[in-house]
Amino acid sequence: MAKTLMKGNEALAEAAIRAGCKAFFGYPITPQNEIPAYMADQMPLRGGVYLQAESEVAAINMVYGAAGTGTRVMTSSSSPGISLKLEGISYIAAGELPCVIVNIVRCGPGLGGIHPGQGDYFQAVKGGGHGDYRLIVLAPGNVQEMADLTSLAFDLADKWRNPVLILSDGILGQMMEPVFFPEKTEVKEYEKPWATTGARGRKPNVINTLDIVPDSLEKRNYQLIAKYQKIKEEEVRWQEVATEDAELVLVAYGTSARVARSAMEVARKEGFKVGLFRPISLFPFPEEQLGSLANANRQFLVIEMSAGQMLEDVRLAVEGRSPIHFTNRMGGNVPTPEDVLTKIRTIFEGRGKE
Amino acid sequence: MKTVFQKPEAMTDVPMHYCPGCTHGVIHRLVAEAMDSLGIREETIGVASVGCSVFAYEYFNCDMQQAAHGRAPAVATGIKRVLPEKMVFTYQGDGDLASIGMAEIVHAAARGENITVIFVNNAIYGMTSGQMAPTTLIGQKTATSPRGRSVAETGFPIKMCELLASLEGPSYLARVSSHDSRHILQAGRAIKKAFEMQQQRKGFALVEVLSTCSVNWGMTPVQSMDWLAENMIPYYPLGVYKDITAKEGK
Repeated sequence: MAKTLMKGNEALAEAAIRAGCKAFFGYPITPQNEIPAYMADQMPLRGGVYLQAESEVAAINMVYGAAGTGTRVMTSSSSPGISLKLEGISYIAAGELPCVIVNIVRCGPGLGGIHPGQGDYFQAVKGGGHGDYRLIVLAPGNVQEMADLTSLAFDLADKWRNPVLILSDGILGQMMEPVFFPEKTEVKEYEKPWATTGARGRKPNVINTLDIVPDSLEKRNYQLIAKYQKIKEEEVRWQEVATEDAELVLVAYGTSARVARSAMEVARKEGFKVGLFRPISLFPFPEEQLGSLANANRQFLVIEMSAGQMLEDVRLAVEGRSPIHFTNRMGGNVPTPEDVLTKIRTIFEGRGKE
Repeated sequence: MKTVFQKPEAMTDVPMHYCPGCTHGVIHRLVAEAMDSLGIREETIGVASVGCSVFAYEYFNCDMQQAAHGRAPAVATGIKRVLPEKMVFTYQGDGDLASIGMAEIVHAAARGENITVIFVNNAIYGMTSGQMAPTTLIGQKTATSPRGRSVAETGFPIKMCELLASLEGPSYLARVSSHDSRHILQAGRAIKKAFEMQQQRKGFALVEVLSTCSVNWGMTPVQSMDWLAENMIPYYPLGVYKDITAKEGK
């Protein structure tokens, strides 16, 4: 397949099918409806299962059931729908079941709006559901990454026996850009001796997250923590542009990073030494890589479509070694390159942070 | 010596935690006997729910998944849709199925999911120490209806077989009881039929089994069996509410 112009949501769905996703359970919610529609159309033609569930709650529980059989399975939703799924996500993470969850983020809180936002960072990265668990969180920055990171998500889910969440937004979901799919996607097979497929010729498998014996549950928690530590060591992903000589590093992900990039390019033309640090894995967060950029001669400017959520992780990574500034829009508004440029000029003119 | 009676293969040796007078143990046995008699133990995946039977995954000797409260029919749907050749059942209490899980059971039934649901109705939340359930009877005293359930405050108990029978999706709906040996034998036949319906790909099959909770009803086991017969059966009539395999005109 040559490069083809596709909507982000559809490229994501196509990539999932090519990556061996064999079941999709979803529910309508703006701005991700293209994903279930694409799946409804394509899955039956390509040997997969599609079902529109009665709610996002039901959908995530269908994912739990199918994931328990070792099948590659996905669900998608947007912010309020992801909130509904959080109970199920906690169960899936606790059961160490592989699956892919897609959040095409809209603005909130509450019913919010249908325009894009980045206010679900805490929900995705810091847990969201109850208990000590973590999701691998990947943040695409363009339509090609909507496809590529989804493909990667299925592999990471199986490799680590962990749910992987694609944290996108309404702009990336709706925009159309050229996407390239390889002739043939290699679908890596993983052994799943734990799967519930019928106990023929073996002892029964039980997928369960209940443990009322404190020492036993504590041990299970330590196992999860050890897994997350390994994930932190092996699955960090990020992009850096022009950071080597940068006096100001913009930190942003997703759509905000596209805006930041445009602002950076104009700023460079105006003679400002500006770079961009774009996290692609939000969990594990590239804290070492970001932290290594921090020194007394450098400043950071975080750009988010939220009240400042990734901002906190940037502060943790920088550990006070550099000043950190912040610019944002909310309510579905998107920062413009001009907004960011104004902020850049202000910072360089030494008017300090807000 | 000849073995004339033994534990079904589909049950484990794990000692059960159920209270004296609770019929969960009996109902588990009926489910296991159905699996044995149909030879489906190794092809079956059961879905345990949340309630007194939360540890069902320890008592059934087949693949099991533990579902969140109320979600078992959705979990079962996920399993069955990707493994349509396998047998999938859920085992749920009345709080799980008729309260928090109402949406999931109605939609699984409406879609005609080819699964088997064992619904144990003892008109109370047992595990959490005796709160009112959607199936608690009018006037029945519970931890959250201390002066007796009142219609004005909480409406009428829900009759699940009747409710689901209004849908086109289900293929077999039956209400049975577990309070004496005659009814236990009837229940066993209904449960086996509910698995056969799945085996024959006839669609959604549910058996509602009236049961007791002597501890939370505040009665002795024998009193609770009598209470069930005298109070629950009049409100929840036993019988077959839907059977697409029944001869016409029956």
